[in-house]
Amino acid sequence: MAFELNGKVYETDEEGYLVNLADWDEDAAKYIAGVENVEMTENHWEVVNFLREYYNDYQIAPAVRVLTKEIGKKLGAEKGNSKYLYELFPYGPAKQACKIAGLPKPTGCV
Amino acid sequence: MAAAPFATPQLKGYPVIPLVQQGAMAHSKPFVASAPIQKALGFPEELVENWQDKAIAKMGELLGKYRSLRVYMDTCVHCGACSDKCHYFLGTGDPKNMPVARQDLMRKVYRRYFTFAGKYFPWLVGAVDLTKEVLDDWYSYYNQCSECRRCSVFCPYGIDTAEVTMAAREIMASVGQGQKYSNEIIGKVHRIGNNLGIPAKALENTLEGLEEDTKEATGVDVRFPLNVKGAEVLLVTPSADFFSEPHVESLIGYAKVFHAAGISWTLSSHASEAGNFGLFIGNYDQMRDISMRVREAALELGVKRIIVGECGHAWRVAYNFWNTLIGPFDFLDQRYPVPQHICECTYDLIQRGALTFDREANDGRIITFHDSCNVARASRMGGMPGGQFIIPRAIIKAVANHFHDMAPETIREQTFCCGGGGGLLTDDLMELRVKGALPRMEALKSVVDEHGVNFMATICAICKAQFSKVLPSYGFEMEMIGGVHQLVGTAIRLGSPK
Repeated sequence: MAFELNGKVYETDEEGYLVNLADWDEDAAKYIAGVENVEMTENHWEVVNFLREYYNDYQIAPAVRVLTKEIGKKLGAEKGNSKYLYELFPYGPAKQACKIAGLPKPTGCV
Repeated sequence: MAAAPFATPQLKGYPVIPLVQQGAMAHSKPFVASAPIQKALGFPEELVENWQDKAIAKMGELLGKYRSLRVYMDTCVHCGACSDKCHYFLGTGDPKNMPVARQDLMRKVYRRYFTFAGKYFPWLVGAVDLTKEVLDDWYSYYNQCSECRRCSVFCPYGIDTAEVTMAAREIMASVGQGQKYSNEIIGKVHRIGNNLGIPAKALENTLEGLEEDTKEATGVDVRFPLNVKGAEVLLVTPSADFFSEPHVESLIGYAKVFHAAGISWTLSSHASEAGNFGLFIGNYDQMRDISMRVREAALELGVKRIIVGECGHAWRVAYNFWNTLIGPFDFLDQRYPVPQHICECTYDLIQRGALTFDREANDGRIITFHDSCNVARASRMGGMPGGQFIIPRAIIKAVANHFHDMAPETIREQTFCCGGGGGLLTDDLMELRVKGALPRMEALKSVVDEHGVNFMATICAICKAQFSKVLPSYGFEMEMIGGVHQLVGTAIRLGSPK
């Protein structure tokens, strides 16, 4: 499976996650967000960018606690919680935000 | 996430056995494992050319190896006692989700190839060839059984339906028709050490963060040790406890219990997973290889006890199978249960007066308890009959003031599955998961209406993740679900802050 933007082909798996992390760019993120019915605001980008940074360092998406703490620091303590992340990414911050960030899907009992 | 739309069932005031809807869930099937996922586990990369012969041969092998399977194939008299006991049948109305009918998908093939009558007079005994159509039916409906074994409780012959499902999945994987969700996860355990694929460095970073958070919340230095040699206890817990809400709240609870009791403990990056999806796909070798990491870690770290965190099927594997899979455990302290459940550990400490609680800290919660299927029907705790039911409830009552059980026919050994167990906790089965949760949601609704229950505690990572996802479909808050040790962690006294 794949989608194409401006002549560039992005390969995805059955669930719409990018197969190659290196393919990711902002256009791909916007496209995937559109499919997910998520409108990307500045705060969405903060989350997506942090996920990518963390993945770069640790080869896994951050645990929810790590993520909420970081978002609390960046966007204000009142936003550093799962509830706010669910407002941004209604299907769940772990899976939906990872998909938009071009990261592999978190697997397991999540 | 894009998925075919479906309607969430209506919650009724009392349980109603649904009208049969032929083929209602025939479309439901999980993604098939891709070639790289299959290859990593030593399974064929795709459906092999002579799959029919191979599948029959595999079935013969399993019938020889597991005499129980042959008994289950032969002994069913179709009495129907199981037919209305499965949460997936009650939620979907699909007659092939009646346990007897789901088993018969295999039984009719068994008859054709392994019984005299079926070989020569198949039309007389309902025996059929294993065609592609039959295989497709297997793939669909053996992935609509969560191996929860509620039906087995009601079977007068004690037929273990889960074992039939496991055999079917084992046969399918062996001819190249594996299930993506489970097999991808097993591959991650072999490669990285846990279902989520959290590498050691990330685990270390996550645990450091939890130490900071707990210090901030309590003022006390509660530790979350990793790979500490010479610790007394190795805690093996589902990796979701590191990663997800509400799971992490229970991990914080375990750490507080060890802190308050002065027990030295450690986690292991090598055995950073309690779950064992080898059980779900019915594969002995996978189950053993996954378990072996626990033995290796215990020996490497020189621990004296192994304690298992809040994970339903992990406890089944540990309690029932570890001794034969990865024993003997002669290097562990025999004065404690080998292995021990975290609830047994906490309960013993409470009995001895080694822990004290501010129960009022949980006063905002009106609590019920969801028995997880693998704990309820496949294990025990505390060396006493029913200990697996008594101990978690006793802990809750020791740490909180408001507790109400759900209806008796929906708890303890008759508990309903959360709807996501047995390797079905995947997005591609969301319709099945939502519909399969119906019986539990109805039982929950009645204690919500009657007693104002606002918190359902459980001791399984799958149950926690599944309910977080499906509670909102039924009009409940996702925060209603949490762990028993989340409640313990809320109320436990830790001593004076430094």
